Amino acid sequence: MSKGQLPRWVDYGVLPALNLLAAFIISGLVVVVIGEDPFEAVKWLVWGALGYGEGIGYTLYYATNFIFTGLAVAVAFHAGLFNIGGEGQAYVGGLGIALVCLAMDRFVPWWVTFPFAIIGGAVFGAAWAFIPGYLQAKRGSHIVITTIMFNFIASALMVYLLSNILIPQGTMSPSSRNFEAGGQLPLLRNVFTSFDFGQSPVNLAFFLALAVCVVVWLLIWHTKLGYEIRSFGANPDAAAYAGISPVRITVVTMLISGALAGLMGINVVMGEQTRLLLDFAGGAGFVGIAVALMGRGHPIGIILASMLFGLLYQGGAELAFEIPTISRDMIVVIQALVILFAGALEHMFRPAVVAFFDRFSSDTAEA
Amino acid sequence: MGSVLCFSWGWGNAFETVYFESRNEIDAQVIDLIDQKGRATVAESNVPAIELIGVSKSFGPVQANKDIDLVVGKGSIHGIIGENGAGKSTLMSILYGFYHADSGTIKIDDKTTTIPDSKSAIAQGIGMVHQHFMLVDPFTVLENVILGAEGGALLKDGVANARRELKRLADEYDMTIDPDAVVGELPVGLQQRVEILKALYRGADILILDEPTGVLTPSEADHLFRILRVLRDQGKTVLLITHKLREIMDVTDTVSVMRRGEMVASRKTAETSMEELAELMVGRSVLLEVDKPEVEVGKPLLKVEGLNVRDDRGVLRVKDVSFEVRAGEVLGIAGVSGNGQSELLAALSGITRAESGKMELSGEKLDLSEAHDAAEMRTKGMSHVPEDRHRMGLVNKFAEYENSILGYHREPKYSKGMFLNKDAIRKEAKERIEKYDIRPPTTEMTAAKFSGGNQQKIVLAREIECNPDVLLIGQPTRGVDIGAIEYIHNRIMDMRAQGKAVLLVSVELEEIRSLSDRIIVMFDGNVVGERGPEATEQDLGLLMAGVNQEAAE
Amino acid sequence: MKTTTILGAVALAAVMTTGAMAETFKPAVVYDFGGRNDRSFNEAAYKGALQFEERTGIKFRDFEIQNPSQREQALRNFARRGLDPIITIGFAQAAALEKVAKEFPDTHFAIVDSVVDLPNVRSIVFKEGEGSFLVGLLAAMSTESDTIGFVGGMDIPLIRKFACGYKQGAKYAKPDIEIIENMTGTTGAAWTDPLKGGELARSQFARGADVVFHAAGLTGTGVLQAAADEGKLGIGVDSNQNHLHPGSVLTSMIKAVDVAVDKTLTDAKEGKWTSGVEVLGLAENGVSWSYDEYNKPLITAEMQSAVEQAKMDIISGKVEVHDYMVDSSCPF
Repeated sequence: MSKGQLPRWVDYGVLPALNLLAAFIISGLVVVVIGEDPFEAVKWLVWGALGYGEGIGYTLYYATNFIFTGLAVAVAFHAGLFNIGGEGQAYVGGLGIALVCLAMDRFVPWWVTFPFAIIGGAVFGAAWAFIPGYLQAKRGSHIVITTIMFNFIASALMVYLLSNILIPQGTMSPSSRNFEAGGQLPLLRNVFTSFDFGQSPVNLAFFLALAVCVVVWLLIWHTKLGYEIRSFGANPDAAAYAGISPVRITVVTMLISGALAGLMGINVVMGEQTRLLLDFAGGAGFVGIAVALMGRGHPIGIILASMLFGLLYQGGAELAFEIPTISRDMIVVIQALVILFAGALEHMFRPAVVAFFDRFSSDTAEA
Repeated sequence: MGSVLCFSWGWGNAFETVYFESRNEIDAQVIDLIDQKGRATVAESNVPAIELIGVSKSFGPVQANKDIDLVVGKGSIHGIIGENGAGKSTLMSILYGFYHADSGTIKIDDKTTTIPDSKSAIAQGIGMVHQHFMLVDPFTVLENVILGAEGGALLKDGVANARRELKRLADEYDMTIDPDAVVGELPVGLQQRVEILKALYRGADILILDEPTGVLTPSEADHLFRILRVLRDQGKTVLLITHKLREIMDVTDTVSVMRRGEMVASRKTAETSMEELAELMVGRSVLLEVDKPEVEVGKPLLKVEGLNVRDDRGVLRVKDVSFEVRAGEVLGIAGVSGNGQSELLAALSGITRAESGKMELSGEKLDLSEAHDAAEMRTKGMSHVPEDRHRMGLVNKFAEYENSILGYHREPKYSKGMFLNKDAIRKEAKERIEKYDIRPPTTEMTAAKFSGGNQQKIVLAREIECNPDVLLIGQPTRGVDIGAIEYIHNRIMDMRAQGKAVLLVSVELEEIRSLSDRIIVMFDGNVVGERGPEATEQDLGLLMAGVNQEAAE
Repeated sequence: MKTTTILGAVALAAVMTTGAMAETFKPAVVYDFGGRNDRSFNEAAYKGALQFEERTGIKFRDFEIQNPSQREQALRNFARRGLDPIITIGFAQAAALEKVAKEFPDTHFAIVDSVVDLPNVRSIVFKEGEGSFLVGLLAAMSTESDTIGFVGGMDIPLIRKFACGYKQGAKYAKPDIEIIENMTGTTGAAWTDPLKGGELARSQFARGADVVFHAAGLTGTGVLQAAADEGKLGIGVDSNQNHLHPGSVLTSMIKAVDVAVDKTLTDAKEGKWTSGVEVLGLAENGVSWSYDEYNKPLITAEMQSAVEQAKMDIISGKVEVHDYMVDSSCPF
């Protein structure tokens, strides 16, 4: 073991746990400052997310969103690309899904619509990521800038489509019509009746998300394409030396990333809302960045980080509900602290932990 | 035909664990010498400028410096040599206040002291000239010299004083320089002079130079040595860290050898030899000769005609270069680094597109001004050991086995459909580890954790085992331990014996001379001359500086 | 606005329950994305609930949603805990309310700005077109350049309702008037961007407009500010904004969300709950134009009589204000 190296279980277990603990301690202090009992707050947070079937269902539902967007960001990370456009790609992906559902829902059962909706979401999401990817690869336009721009373009496009084209005549809310049964993904509460998911919207998209995790794991670590993506991300010069085309990898990676983000709509559009509505992505594309960072770009890590953020979303809502003085904005503060400690300050505890381990592990060192 | 082996090992990285090729026991005689520690005998004067007693430093389980004793006489030039990871850089970092010793005593001018940071080091008269210059390119010489030592809030007074002081220093040490020149526009040799002046301006009595000649032409290096001697004669103390034995022999008064974190010997330079120093460094006797048997030269495998290459900024870096390399021949390209060699290799290997130029590879004609890529060149039988394995040859955070297929990952033997066949890759990587004696013998460790020599072996194994017709090889032994150098040179000779064409680019003249059948010299993108391996270093050195005597005559 | 016998029965039942549980009357409000301090629509609802609380001493619960899924969740949480009535603010809540109101048929729900056709839901919608007609008319009468402007928050049906009435009113006064129309954005930030509001207003002034009406929430404060800075006129929206820049705000199109919320809570408290659709227009004082000491100097007697005449004509049906929602288009 050389300097600065930690056993994997410390790197992937102890360090994140320490970061999380620090985030919660600081959050607890904030809660004390506004005059509430932090232990009470933690109790509601955890109970709200995990204490009962419906809470668990909501936690899984939110986690599903974050798995998709987290994977999208992670895949791009592996190629050294910072795809900030997950939000827009998810939004436009939802359009693809909605179009498929609107076209098919009256004629076929959901399981026929499902694969087409997956394709629709992936293709639309990928298409939305293609242009930034192409501009980066061919013109060097920085992908952070272009993907942010495309988030705005996506919302403009969706406002137009939802207010003018997809909106049913005479309704006030800019959203599409509701999908019929053929465009609705079964809810887990109807599938696994033995477990009480309450009224939570967790649906089959959760399993799709898990399956996509396996696919991404295989892609990144076991395929030639994944090898090229990682080479390009870790060392672009070495990739050029190996004859890996930067243009091709940039574009292909962004297509995959966009497709993954686009699949998020399966959960919200086809699973929960069963219609396309304004702003349905609700910031999940941005949470995906934190999830990917925290999950270290690995599907297992992303699942865990998504669960954590799902917990914070659901538990946070319950907390704000139960203790009204802890407002929506306080919940955002707590979430931000978690992101801060887990993402931005990832290395804060590292030197101390490294020193700690160096002291006790010299005899295990490889000479 | 044989010649003296050149040694090349760069400024070791103290932060990495390094695995050594050679673990032979130090022979009894050497141990005796260590025990004597030879302090009194090697010191030039009674009051040493620097004295280290029992200095130790470890990074976790890695002991970078173990009980180091060192005496550097006032007014002397003292060399420190050792392989990568021998602990030279850690020791110098302790002296300059970057690290704190775990134990031991530091004496400056016979007074026990501590050096908590570089500011304190400067205050105690220690100056450092880093291998990578710490200069602000757009600033002038004067601005760089006073940077961080402006002296008062008002710049104006400081500047006037600094100008006077700079002139005084330059006169005193024979280092003329225009104080208003922009540093980024100066040649490397002069930039280094600015670094030295910077240290002197801050009142340095002890000057540490870290691999100072790596970027210099031989004549620039000679000039540097003249300056160092003047400094010494004026009473300054110079600590010279270098990997070039010739420089140690040329310029130092005393020399200390480090190996595996320990100070194994100190010698008066006049009383030692290159062979002894090499042996002390490695811990075993080293073969200083490259065996270069006669090989029948065949037909040309690589022909290059009229090659012009522009870099990203549109500067023409390779100018109308033509040459050919035949089967069973090593063509050496000599030159100071940055004279177009890197761009030449990049264009030939398909990484960058040339402005114009034709190439004939094993009889197949290629227009290099068209788009090619490195994968295509590999399939056509050209392999490439790049100049900088960290930047190009390896993906540092990949495991060894993943690096062992870089550039060849699309080959059917490594894949199962769209998937990588990891079993096959690991199996082959294991075989190569055995064949090339890569240590530690594991396929799973990341490339970054291997020592320089073993990293180079990973690259070499990959590029040689694919059985190419033409091997491009750049700086094959940069940052490589002496034991591995021997091995790498032998592999190159094997390629030659097998009738391959080898294009060797190196800034190490001795390496070029000992391995090549023919030598061409590049200067400012042009080929300025061709010589045989018997050419003198002086002759080649002049060519490298852009002076073609034949042409001049 | 039909009340069937079933609805009547439900209302009757509601009267009885509320009467019996007067001590435990627990109202709740669920805001949409903007949240209770959006200085606009949601805040107006908050104020209405606050007025009710101050008058009766009955506390209310509220919740600000963070993402679309929470709409349903918040409604359900309140309903489950026995809060009644539950008022949801904003058209976007309709789909969530439709689900939850079915799950809790005994709980009273209300929604502002949308219609949910269920027996336990009171839907409150405003005739924004009528109020906008009046301020459009005033704008047309006070412009000297025959060019007026409109700055909306987002290009959605609700804002088109404002725009359409405004245009109709302006053309009613001056058929050849030119109306410049801009929307602020396409994300939630469109309602909270005074800087951009100011920019849009300034660009409209540059193109000749001298009166600008905004329907853009907090963004609109930038519009009014720009008008005051450039010596032009702005028109406020939702609440009376005349006092913000006295002399520079021509009038405000008041949409009495606060009154509606207060009234709904009071109805429930006093056992006067009715389900069904409540359409609040000029006749019901749900929308109106503001006239007070701050804009008195700007409104001539001629303007005042014209606008009052128009108001009476609209109420009487003599003038028909086009409802954008009928055909999702605006003929003006």
